[in-house]
Amino acid sequence: MTDLSPNLQDQPRVGLFVTCLADLFRPSVGFAAARLLEQAGCRVEAPLAQTCCGQPAYNSGDRASAKAIAAQVIDAFESFDYVVAPSGSCAGMLRRHYPALFADDKAMAARAEDFAGRCWELVSFLYDVRGVRRVEASFDGAVAYHDACAGLRELGIAEQPRALLASIDGLTLKEVAAGETCCGFGGLFAVKYPDISIHMVSNKTAAITDTGAQTLLAGDLGCLMNIAGRLSREGSPIRVRHVAEVLAGMADGPAIGPEINKGDR
Amino acid sequence: MQITTPQFSANAKDALADKDLQMALAKLRAGFTARRGKATDRLPEFDALCDQARAIKDHVLANLDDYLVRFEAKVIECGGQVHWCVDAAEARDVVLALCRDAGAKSATKSKSMIAEEIALNDHLEAHGIEPIETDLGEYIIQLAGEPPSHIIAPAIHKTKDSIADLFVKHHAKYGFDQRQDEASALLEEARQVLRSKYFEADVGITGANFLVAENGSIVTVTNEGNAELTQILPDTHIVIASLEKVVPTLEDATTILRVLARSATGQEFSSYTTFSAGGRRDGDLDGPSAFHVVLLDNGRSAMLGGEFQDMLRCIRCGACLNHCPIYGAVGGHAYGWVYSGPMGAVLTPQLIGIEAAGNLPNASTFCGRCEEVCPMRIPLPKMMRHWREREFETRLQPAVSRLGLALWSWFARHPTAYGLVARLAAWGLNRVGGRNRRIGWLPGAQGWTADRDLPAPEGKSFRALWAAGKR
Repeated sequence: MTDLSPNLQDQPRVGLFVTCLADLFRPSVGFAAARLLEQAGCRVEAPLAQTCCGQPAYNSGDRASAKAIAAQVIDAFESFDYVVAPSGSCAGMLRRHYPALFADDKAMAARAEDFAGRCWELVSFLYDVRGVRRVEASFDGAVAYHDACAGLRELGIAEQPRALLASIDGLTLKEVAAGETCCGFGGLFAVKYPDISIHMVSNKTAAITDTGAQTLLAGDLGCLMNIAGRLSREGSPIRVRHVAEVLAGMADGPAIGPEINKGDR
Repeated sequence: MQITTPQFSANAKDALADKDLQMALAKLRAGFTARRGKATDRLPEFDALCDQARAIKDHVLANLDDYLVRFEAKVIECGGQVHWCVDAAEARDVVLALCRDAGAKSATKSKSMIAEEIALNDHLEAHGIEPIETDLGEYIIQLAGEPPSHIIAPAIHKTKDSIADLFVKHHAKYGFDQRQDEASALLEEARQVLRSKYFEADVGITGANFLVAENGSIVTVTNEGNAELTQILPDTHIVIASLEKVVPTLEDATTILRVLARSATGQEFSSYTTFSAGGRRDGDLDGPSAFHVVLLDNGRSAMLGGEFQDMLRCIRCGACLNHCPIYGAVGGHAYGWVYSGPMGAVLTPQLIGIEAAGNLPNASTFCGRCEEVCPMRIPLPKMMRHWREREFETRLQPAVSRLGLALWSWFARHPTAYGLVARLAAWGLNRVGGRNRRIGWLPGAQGWTADRDLPAPEGKSFRALWAAGKR
């Protein structure tokens, strides 16, 4: 892939917000994101002072902790031209919710507002900001793409991943029926209301199975772990990956969760 | 009505196991959402109308006292009376007193969520006045002794069979001794029973979709024409409405009407939309001689100026219920009180207290679909989060959750310590996952693992690998 801006000075400095789930469960997603950003002509750094975007506290009603974590993220990433996360949910938190968190603190609100404007979800950053229209990856088979709620509704991410996936040789994209419906993850919701969560994810895995695709992709590890966990419990041979892995041509490693072959079930 | 909101999880479990309910909900999820989608697609100015509708209600809420006083003056001009009620008990007593003044033995009712909110039927019955629901869905659940399971489709959870059973049981006394199996025959039977009730009733009680300040009229919206018969035939018409239903002008009411039916059922307009002001005037051929508006506050004025004010824009279209994956999974009864779905998750804690209703704003994935389809642009997820904040501030969450959250947030604020724990967890969980890379059981995580696996981590944390120079 050709760099859009080969001159080092013109290359934006991007802080990779790797997300707590990718950090703990799937570093491959972070490395795939870094590769994609570099291919798109960015200088990538991943500050080690990062932990989490603060959503678990924010969505549990602990506003004070959420603010403290948000302030820490802003401190760690403020110096970058852009902050990019391989997650619509975390990027949505940085972009949409940080300014709201500091609404009662004028100085911080201004910082959060300026910061939020430079925060992006990975695929939309590649497509909308860096103008990437095709990736030099190949993938053999049919994939279904799941629209994660926060990316879809808070950030308007729908066409960008589909367009980039369509540029991959050998890849066929399948649409999931009722694709706008949540998979039932919802962070702590999944453990607080497991019966409802399982009902929702089972509807989702049924719709994914109906597409006939052998691989499921999405841009958010929360949804992916929920869907992969349910597929694996169902004994499904469908492989689950973060969309960045496929776009970066790094889909040769193990998928998320077990790999069940058709004969095994 | 007994509040079962604290047992939301148990209610949900029952609902998920109820096959009839699940079939009804699957139909509702597909039908209502598709019809709304078509209706809004056909109207290019739908979004602009939603903005206007929101602006109208925001203006009303900023000047609520003024418009309510104007509305009352116009009602009096039309020969009616407005009764201001602080809470449910006062509203019940006022309605009962008005029924007694009219010497009523029975009262017909058209659909009103406010009547549900104040448990009016129980109160009237306890005092010897027979309330008769005239909306078919409401009539069915009245016979069944159940609350509505949806704000615009109250009997959506009922199958044709269960309705036939109810009619056999309750209509024998009217001479209907044949069990009907066809929907049209059941409908015809209900019409015949209700027809005589309309004429016998001494009082007609309706809700109101709008109260119009400029001329004191009320607006009702139905698909059955039952609100019209309810308000025209008896000698007394009582309107029960909460105070945020007021709009300044007829023009404002019609603007909001253009988004109401489209959002609710996907109709451009409901079959019957009736504007009526006051009772019978000289020369009128029909209509009640007495006209009363019972105006209910019940905690709503306390929402003004606070973080829940936007909820008062709600026009009860039900779009948030129809598009909510939680409502779509468990239906309305699981919510344990009158209001369900996202709008119920925000409103119920205000009306019965967050102590009892804490489950409702928590039972959301914040998927955002409700806010997306709300024609009044109510930020429902944001307000559910505000309720969670209230719970946190008043220490209502279980001690274990609070401790877990406190521990987690301490680590999240200490990156070095967090990094160590993440490395350890990545390594440990990877070992637990073994060669299959799946974790089928984890102590303390049964909520996750009971019916789904936890995919095991790759083994090292990203930050550890990155710090070690991997690229």
